[in-house]
Amino acid sequence: MKKSTEDTFTLGGKTFTSRFILGSGKYSLDLIRAAVEHAGAQIITLSVRRANTQEKENILDYIPKGVTLLPNTSGARDAKEAVRIARLARELGCGEFVKIEIMRDTKYLLPDNQETVKATEQLAAEGFTVLPYMYPDLNVARDLVKAGAAAVMPLGAPIGSNKGLATADFIQILIDEIELPIIVDAGIGAPSQACRAMEMGAAAIMANTALATSGDVPRMARAFRLAIEAGRDAYRAGLGRVLARGAAASDPLTGFLR
Amino acid sequence: MRIDGRARSPSAPQGGARRPAEPQNEPKRSDLIFDADGLSPAALARKHQLERDPSCRTDPMAYLPGMEVIDSDLKDRVRAAMAAYDPARYTAADARRALEHERCSVEDFQALLSPAAAPFLERMAERARAETVRHFGNTVYIFTPLYIANHCENYCVYCGFNCYNPIRRMKLDKGQIEREMEIIAKSGMEEILLLTGESRSVSGVEYIGDACELARKYFRLVGLEVYPMNTDEYRYLRERGADYVTVFQETYDVEQYEKLHLQGHKRVWPYRFDAQERALRGGMRGVAFSALLGLSDFRKDALATALHACWLQRKYPEAEISLSCPRLRPITNHADVRPGEIGERELCQVLCAYRLFLPFAGITVSSRESAAFRNGITKIAATKVSAGVSTGIGDHASKYGEKSTSEKEGDEQFEISDARSLAKMYADLVGEGLQPVLNDYVYV
Repeated sequence: MKKSTEDTFTLGGKTFTSRFILGSGKYSLDLIRAAVEHAGAQIITLSVRRANTQEKENILDYIPKGVTLLPNTSGARDAKEAVRIARLARELGCGEFVKIEIMRDTKYLLPDNQETVKATEQLAAEGFTVLPYMYPDLNVARDLVKAGAAAVMPLGAPIGSNKGLATADFIQILIDEIELPIIVDAGIGAPSQACRAMEMGAAAIMANTALATSGDVPRMARAFRLAIEAGRDAYRAGLGRVLARGAAASDPLTGFLR
Repeated sequence: MRIDGRARSPSAPQGGARRPAEPQNEPKRSDLIFDADGLSPAALARKHQLERDPSCRTDPMAYLPGMEVIDSDLKDRVRAAMAAYDPARYTAADARRALEHERCSVEDFQALLSPAAAPFLERMAERARAETVRHFGNTVYIFTPLYIANHCENYCVYCGFNCYNPIRRMKLDKGQIEREMEIIAKSGMEEILLLTGESRSVSGVEYIGDACELARKYFRLVGLEVYPMNTDEYRYLRERGADYVTVFQETYDVEQYEKLHLQGHKRVWPYRFDAQERALRGGMRGVAFSALLGLSDFRKDALATALHACWLQRKYPEAEISLSCPRLRPITNHADVRPGEIGERELCQVLCAYRLFLPFAGITVSSRESAAFRNGITKIAATKVSAGVSTGIGDHASKYGEKSTSEKEGDEQFEISDARSLAKMYADLVGEGLQPVLNDYVYV
């Protein structure tokens, strides 16, 4: 078996060994530090609206070197706004990556798939590496592929809910059918859930609240790293029989056939 | 924001205010009413007539000419829910059950607002804190209000800016507004809330638009707390740079509202109620709601405020929703006044209930609350506090500038309790383990 560090995935021409991406929901400098040092994060999401400040403590100043910034368009309510925020991110020096988040709902923060496809198309055409956050729908995922997305980021459960993979069956369909990396975003509240997403074949997972609200952030960050590695190894090794699909008898039922 | 019976009398106290004879049937507001010195006999006579003779007052449900009427059933729904709510009916078992539910229904919310929930305040605070952290992390937003005018055409008996209170009236011109903004922006503030008194004739919509445009130069987020207006006017102000609109309903109890808002456009209750909806139709990104708790039954007003916000958000899901929670403070020398009912414990209960019912909503706590209360409540439910506050007109230069000024300043609307500067507030929040945020907004 190859060493875990050789197992990479690629986004926008950049290669990553870590499959943990820090989300931007609740940011703090301690969280960023823990995510990089203990969870091994190489990609950190950054809310453009949080970087757009004169504040002394600008989040941009605290991103360690070598980490890829993934600015997101949170706050955008339609494709036009998302495109404008992405361009602003580029002007702020956040690079070419952008995570599209378009929400027309301030209560549940669920993504607007239709607008997301439109924004993906526009930004991919402008040369961005586009990672769209979406509600897991196969047809939409295919449209995103056509639109030029670099990955697809289906939600596992409502943002911040820590409910895990409420949409597991639909994410599995995306993993099975879409050739881009599938990065599970939102809802992952425990390392075990991250592990499961990786076992299913996700390319990476994104989490924030689960770390941010833990009592011991560095330890939780480490737990996520270990869980992701375990899940990834299990996926690469190939899971054994799944009992839910019917118990396998140790003597074959058709053993009587000659 | 209005206040408090403690309306400031004219600049130099001249033997204090005279209290008028009290009408027998309106004991609740009697302690709020005062006659300021310096009113003409005619003005005084009119004022007393308004106070004492309900028949000379207009119908608070009738729109005035020029007021836009929108087709919305929210008013009726909120009023019906408020009328049906009897806080005394709830028991400790109801409150306990409400706290066990993962999601807070309207019924649960009513139980949590009731007196029966008071013994469970600590548990409510724990739940509220968990929701706040889940939705907002440790972040607390900081903003500052800027009063650009204090002219007012309304007679609201409890308010320091009311038209029968001959305070120093002032309206900053563009140069003065810009100067105030420069001083505030220099402190590092990125969000500003512009306030005027409610005088459409003096502080016109274009004047407010000019102020928005200036504010956009110095700040990243611009809120408005001005008189309610029509949809096209909100759209105009949005185009000039405003982002969100705050309108306080004061009380959702129409009968009580009628007795407290005796004259002026503010007297029209339904036009005020629909202000947030018109603002959203005009393209504003967010709206804020509040009752001035203590003007009527604060539990019923809290219910109405939250339902107003909840149902409007359902109708406009993209709208950012926030709640404020000013309360009528106990008035010095008048400890028997009804506002005594809502002390800090009760306010805390209301805010915890708000958080559990509307986990996603912003909650702003004003500087009229003490520093200790604000420190405590930001750890439980509040997500936004003001700092560097001055409720006077044009006095940031003397209060926060490098040198004092001898220029004319307008009187303050109310006295603040927590006078922390931005730097102090920032440091204190960090000290409490919270994360101050000056802005998280992109103007798109």
